[in-house]
Formats: sequence, structure tokens, C-alpha cells
Amino acid sequence: MTDLLRVATAGSVDDGKSTLIGRLLHDSKTLFSDQLAAAERVSNQRGNDYTDLALVTDGLRAEREQGITIDVAYRYVSTPRRKFVIADTPGHPQYTRNMVTGASTANVAMILIDVRKGVSEQSRRHAFLATLLGVPHLVVCVNKMDLVGWSQDAFESVRREFSEFASRLRVRDVTFIPMSALNGDNVVDHGHNLDWYDGPTLLHHLENLYVASDRNLTDVRFPVQYVVRPQLAQHPDYRGYAGALASGVLRPGDAVRVLPSGFETTVAAIDTATESLDEAYPPQAITVRLADDLDVSRGDMLVRPNNVPLVTQDLDVQLCWMDEGSVLTTGRTLAIKHTTRWSRVRVKNINYRVNVNTLHRDESITELGLNDIGRVTLRSMTPLFVDPYVSNRATGAFILVDESTNRTVAAGTIR
Amino acid sequence: MSRQELTQARELEAESIYIFREVAAEMQRPCLLFSGGKDSIVMLHLAAKAFAPARIPFPVMHVDTGLNFPEVLQFRDDVVSRLGVELIVASVPDAIESGLVQEDPSGSRNRIQTPVLLQAAEQRGFDALFGGARRDEEKARAKERIFSFRDEFGQWDPKNQRPEVWNLYNGRVAPGESIRVFPLSNWTELAIWEYIGLENIQVPEKYFAAEREVVERDGMLYAVNEAVPLRDGEVSVRRTVRYRTMGDANLTAAVESDADTVEKIIAEIAETRITERGATRGDDRTSDTSMEDRKREGYF
Repeated sequence: MTDLLRVATAGSVDDGKSTLIGRLLHDSKTLFSDQLAAAERVSNQRGNDYTDLALVTDGLRAEREQGITIDVAYRYVSTPRRKFVIADTPGHPQYTRNMVTGASTANVAMILIDVRKGVSEQSRRHAFLATLLGVPHLVVCVNKMDLVGWSQDAFESVRREFSEFASRLRVRDVTFIPMSALNGDNVVDHGHNLDWYDGPTLLHHLENLYVASDRNLTDVRFPVQYVVRPQLAQHPDYRGYAGALASGVLRPGDAVRVLPSGFETTVAAIDTATESLDEAYPPQAITVRLADDLDVSRGDMLVRPNNVPLVTQDLDVQLCWMDEGSVLTTGRTLAIKHTTRWSRVRVKNINYRVNVNTLHRDESITELGLNDIGRVTLRSMTPLFVDPYVSNRATGAFILVDESTNRTVAAGTIR
Repeated sequence: MSRQELTQARELEAESIYIFREVAAEMQRPCLLFSGGKDSIVMLHLAAKAFAPARIPFPVMHVDTGLNFPEVLQFRDDVVSRLGVELIVASVPDAIESGLVQEDPSGSRNRIQTPVLLQAAEQRGFDALFGGARRDEEKARAKERIFSFRDEFGQWDPKNQRPEVWNLYNGRVAPGESIRVFPLSNWTELAIWEYIGLENIQVPEKYFAAEREVVERDGMLYAVNEAVPLRDGEVSVRRTVRYRTMGDANLTAAVESDADTVEKIIAEIAETRITERGATRGDDRTSDTSMEDRKREGYF
């Protein structure tokens, strides 16, 4: 059986991103002939000399009219080894929130660099956002090698420049691949132009990337999502706590503490619809039965008594503001969703805004606007059960919602 | 694969179950849209798993165009009664009779389903409707959120979608507004069939290849039946075909295929070079943005 890899990519037409994705779809035989025919038809209507593969990925009328990618598009590539979900996002600063969306669930981020231009502001921004969102693996696609005569020196120069920048970020794993998305070299097949490169092609690298160890299997965190009480004749007393195991490994017989009440009990059974499990691991959807009859409801969290998250009302966070209609200011009150728990927070202080191109911190600002990223202090109405995002993506992440418009206005990570 | 890792099928299953539970916990009146096609059958199967051993805590609605394949309706009734879930039928023929909608001259009831769906949802106060759409189906769908906001007119605004980060879904709506929820967003046609095989899920016989009486129109093969009578000058032929999708009988074409088992269907899909909608749906061929236009009006 194959597994699933979530890939985030960002960039503009100029970098060859759409060409790269089109090439990946085409050479892995995932692009369908009717999709290709539709792209060819529209390209001809526009008088283009070549088939614009971006037309395969840019699906909305406005995108096709303006020749730009507006929103996250999800693409699906499958090979015998692995299935891929590719979150394809635009690269412009004005679409930072879309990049954040794509990167939030990704195992790996593909960063496109035009070898002639070197490490641009855009590539820096993508790398910064990917690491901010805790994407464990980066693949730097050094593209357009055909336009520099397949020069190894040009590739090495980009590699050095990017590595220098990456040393200032929290990058765990980075791989560099020289390629020509237009010609296809090193996307799916090696080709003959880059014989000095003995590493994997992009697809081979993505197929073989080891991601299982990226999950947190140490800290048991089980946010209760839904209480299952059948009230049916054949299950008169069944009471189970349903949810997705966020991290850690949970087994029947394990001692657990319920947050926020603090009561302790043991796991009586871990059920799925068809069986009872000997152990559960993330991101399994399970239903946990407890040995004691306790008051447990949605938004509570089951943890091991000797390994608990921070229970706090004071949050030191990194925020990406996503709302067009308003700005974040000190004193503002917003709804927060953290795991399965809703609460309210008040903005205590805006510490600084990060310039996503230079990483410079601007401490003079008093508000965060659309696509701004900053360090903020929040105070929540009720205690939340949090871990630092770097150690736990599930319990270190939250969203903020404006209660007057119901819009999701910010994505945040716990420091 | 080593211990404590999920296969693609189980990871997608876990994601879908999580989505069902989020909606059941946070929304006031959810409802599941069931068409009788393979995607909605898998969706209903996942909903049953999400709440077991309890029953599915929301009703199932079918927008009946009056042009469904009869065996699909029988299949619908069987599944619903086995799961013990409430079935609501919103009837397009009734809506034509009452004047809510008018029959399209083309005979397609695809577009006029939408007002029927919206009226039924409004009358019952549903604030969340589950749909079986997948992002790999069509490029407008590739852009849609898992929790997709609809205004009080049921409309989708693709340029003004809520950001959707991590699995922290925001289903908050004002009265009259609603969300469409797509638990199968990240599934592909292949993943659906692999899961049908893995879980041994029953689907209508029409998905499997058999010799059927068909007529060729615009390069597509349509089964000859009450909804598709032969026109003057047309000649039917017998071919070994199967259905890749299960839309209205007058719009859904069959494909030539020898795949008469789930295993053979999986092998066939892994090899195919044409999307299921491109191969079988007359309704999607009208224009490059026909799906986006219908979705804006409130279609799934």
C-alpha cells in the first residue's frame, strides 16, 4: 500500500512554477488528455505559440482572464510508490496568506529559484514561511538550467547563496536539485544535460522522502472532538470520546489525565467503527472509552499524567494576519479556535512585525495588516492546553475569528 | 511500511471522519446530500464510521431529478434503511409542477436542481450540507475549501473564500447563511475505488462492465432507456460498457470497458488518460467555466 505526501509549492509564472507542475503531472502520466486538450484549445484561441500548462492549474475565470493564480489549487499526483497532494499557491507578497494555508499541512515545500536571478526576495519569503509553518523538508528547485548552459558553477552559486540565508532559519532538511522544467530534465527523468549531477530527480526525491519520523509520537495529546452516546437498545451504556489523536501513541490501560478538570483515569478501550485497537497513533480517528464515569466534553484534552502541555491563558505567538477588512490592534477581542476548543482572546501587545524578505524585525509598528507576520502577546478568556509549535504542530496552532463577520482573520503558532 | 504509519486510504479515511465529527459538533442542522453515485456512497459509509456505534446524527437528502437510473433509487432506499437514517427527497418534477423552476429546452435538469436544493435546505433550516465533490474532478473544484461558505442566497464567491489553515475549520455562520462541507476533497477517483475494494462497499451494478444497448451521440455512448429514446435515424448497438459516473440518465454516458470487478476497475483507472467528467458528462462540456458558473449559483 502507498502512503500520502503533502507538498506545498509557491511561485509565479515567471519562475516556471506552473510549467514545473504541468511537467510533473504530464511526465508522471497524471495529466489527462481532455485537460491537456482544453489547455491547448484556450492557448490557440489566445494566439500563444505553446500550450500554456498554467491553464491546467488556474481554474477560475478571473485567474484565466488575468493570467494569474489567485488562490490555493490542490493537485493530485499518484505514482506506484506514493500519492501526492500538491497545494499550489501564488508567489506574490499579496498572497502570503494563501502560502501560509498551503504550507500549514505540508510535509515538504518546493521552492523554485530561477538560476539566472539567484535567490530572490520571493524565494526568501517562501523559505521563511515554510519554516515558520514547520514544514520539515525543503526542496530547492534550481530551475531554468537550460538558460545558463547547464552550468554547474551557476547551480553551486545558488546553492551557496540559499544555504547562507537558510542558516538563519530553522531548516531541518534541505535538498537542491538543478532542473529545467521546460525541457523536463530532472523533474521525472534525468535527461542528458546535467550529467555532473548525481542526485535524485525531483519526483524520485519526493517518492523516497522519509517523513514518518516527522510526527510527534512522544507526547500524547487527544483533543476530544465529539461525545458518542448511541442511546440504542444494543448499546445502552456506551459513552466514547471521539477525536483524532494529535500526537503520541495511546494504548488501552494507559493512565490519562483529563484537561481542564485534572481528573485521572485509565483508557478502557480504543474503538474504531469495526474493531478495538491495541494502540493508536496520529492522525488516526478513534473513539476512546474511559474506565471511570467522568464529565468529559468537546474541547477537553486527554494527556498522560507525567507529560502534560502548558495550561495557560497567556500566549506568546507568531501571527499571520489574513483579513482584508480590518487590522490587528492592541486591545481587540477575537474568537480563537485551538484544537477542538473555542475561546476568546484579547490582544495585549504587538511586539514586532517581521519583514518576510529580510527577516528584519520592526518594533515600531502598532498594528498588523493583511499578510503581515508578527510576534504578538494574547490573553485568553479560558485556559488553553498548548505546546510550542516546533514540537507539536497540532497543539501549537490556532486560528482567530472575527465574531462580527465570522471571517477567519489570522493563523497563529505558539512560541 | 513500518509500524504506526497510515496508508493513503486510512489517512484519507481519518481526515474525512474528522471532518464529519467537526460538523456534527459545531453546526446546528447538518444534512448529507446523497446522489446514489459512488462518491456519495463512500461518503455515507464514512459518516456511519465516524459516529459508530451510534447512528448518523443527521438526515440524508436526495435531490431527485426524476431522471435517475431506477436501480440507483432502489440502491438509495436500501442503504438508507440499513443505516437507519432519515431520508428527505427534494423532487425536481414537483418543483416544475409548482412553478418553482422551468424545464430547460435541452431536457437537462442539471441547472434547475439548484433552486430545488436551495429551497429544501432553506425550508428545513440546514446550516451545513455535506457533498461528495472531490478536488481532482474539475478545476473549479480544485480551488474550493473543505468548509465552503455560502451566503444567504446559497452562492459561492471563489475570490472571497475563508482561509483554511491546518485542520482548524471555521463553520461559523449568521442565520440564513450556510456552509457546504466536502469530506472527500482530497480523494481521487482512484482512491475512491481502492477504498471501495478495501472496505467491500456495495455500489450500483451500472459501475461494472456488461453488454448494454447504447447509442452514439457526439462521440459519447448513451444507454438506450426511457430517458434516452432513440431519435429518428439513430441505430443502437450492443457494446460492453460501464459507467464511471452516475448522473442523470439522459446526460451520463457510458465508457467502453471490460472491467466487471472492483480490481479491474482500479487497474483501468490507473491506466486511463481521460478524466471521469470529460469521458461521461455532457453537462460539463458546454464551456470551460460551466462548473464554476453553476457552483456560484449554489450547485455542488
